[in-house]
Amino acid sequence: MLRRNFLTRTLLGCAALAALFSAPVNGALAQERFIVVASTTSTEDSGLFKSILPKFTQKTGIEVRVVAKGTGQAIDLAKRGDADVLFVHHKPSEEKFVAEGFGVERKPVMYNDFVVVGPKADPAKVKGSKDVAASLKQIAESKASFVSRGDDSGTHKSELALWKTAGVDVAQASGGWYRSVGQGMGPTLNTAAAVGAYALADRGTWLSFKNRGDLEVLVEGDKRLFNQYGVMLVNPAKFQHIKAKDGQAFVDWLVSGEGQKAIADYTIGGQPLFFPNANEPGA
Amino acid sequence: MHEFSSAFATAFRLIVAFDPTLVQIVGLSLRVSLTAVFLSALIGLPLGAAVAAFRFPGRRAVTLMLNTLMGLPPVVVGLIVYLILSRSGPLGVLGLLFTPTAMVAAQTVLIVPIVAALTRQTVEDLMVEYDDLLRVMGAGPVRTLFTLLSEARWTLLTTVLAGFGRASAEVGAVMIVGGNIEHVTRVMTTAIALETSKGDLPLALGLGIILMTLSLTVNLAAALVREAGRA
Repeated sequence: MLRRNFLTRTLLGCAALAALFSAPVNGALAQERFIVVASTTSTEDSGLFKSILPKFTQKTGIEVRVVAKGTGQAIDLAKRGDADVLFVHHKPSEEKFVAEGFGVERKPVMYNDFVVVGPKADPAKVKGSKDVAASLKQIAESKASFVSRGDDSGTHKSELALWKTAGVDVAQASGGWYRSVGQGMGPTLNTAAAVGAYALADRGTWLSFKNRGDLEVLVEGDKRLFNQYGVMLVNPAKFQHIKAKDGQAFVDWLVSGEGQKAIADYTIGGQPLFFPNANEPGA
Repeated sequence: MHEFSSAFATAFRLIVAFDPTLVQIVGLSLRVSLTAVFLSALIGLPLGAAVAAFRFPGRRAVTLMLNTLMGLPPVVVGLIVYLILSRSGPLGVLGLLFTPTAMVAAQTVLIVPIVAALTRQTVEDLMVEYDDLLRVMGAGPVRTLFTLLSEARWTLLTTVLAGFGRASAEVGAVMIVGGNIEHVTRVMTTAIALETSKGDLPLALGLGIILMTLSLTVNLAAALVREAGRA
């Protein structure tokens, strides 16, 4: 039957097309040895991983597949056993993760810092301040717009802690001058640039961010703005399929002299983005 | 307006340079979406035709449900497939999360209702003409479905293209189940989302232009097939 042939031909055609595309792509992707690392948008978007991961892969033959989310989401992912290694930046949450038995041992890796960015006009007059708490209080008092991540990420958690230090209740201001967008660092900066608002950003993402508009760094250098990163293997005793050996190899490499140097070597326009501190006690 | 001209320039430059990373991303996009469309046609066409052609209890409820499911939010589909494929989920042992296979699964769930619902309507309209004929012929269920589907084939081609459009344009589902891993699960839409979040708007828009060009190519190919078939 002619018509039946037509239908069969169409379906076969589609299948052939799909097969055609799958073959080369599969070939290109066929790297058997890999680990999945749940990490944050700041490490991915800033270009750090692109710079350091090839060095690790070249040395060990282990491909690193990065799933970049906010810290809260990344931890949730690891808690379900969907990643071999967790690499995030919120120490209290990381320690809780290990204490609950989901992670093996948390190791400090590096830090960068947060900066308060805002419009050049600076309606709250915070430019040049080294006191982040006072600056935030001024922003709140002047009711100048502030855009918050609002996504339970490490940056968001740190921002909330800073507001608390400043004695400002942002939950009450939400919807007014305080705007919680529930998105990653990049979209948050896009929003801040579009409406001329203040925002808290990690320096790495800020330095590599291209759509700055009228924004510039206004407050930096306060110790309370330091942002520590930690890495840990997801507990293989909890999930059988965790690639413990290869995952641990990555953790160990990051805190080794070689890994630490790779992190220090990553710069944008001569500015380092992350400062290795694996050997700093209590980091 | 400077962004738009710079986006076109970026798109043009990327295409001319035949950037290997871009080729890989385009290849994966096509592979994932075409496979999903193929599977959805395999399931959705007979399903939609069967709902239109046969009388059974609950038929109207099924129709209503198919029409409703056309509006499934991609993020919700992504979340459901994620929870199923997660290591802690029912199919976690398969280890499919963050692979192209998971992305195909999510897109298939997303577009089966579209293909099935539109097919049902098309075939139901046809039934007005063909009902008596099929009965006189004494056609069995399989024969009935084949006859109806092949009679409606040109309309159904558009149905399948609608499915492809939805699959290749969605970002919510593949972002969640694929994880947007470079060289592994990064497709056009997730790459656009990533560049947007990096603030590289011209590059994001440039990728968008390339995606639309791809979509145009697929639709053009379908139009040519239709012309050839009708001639």
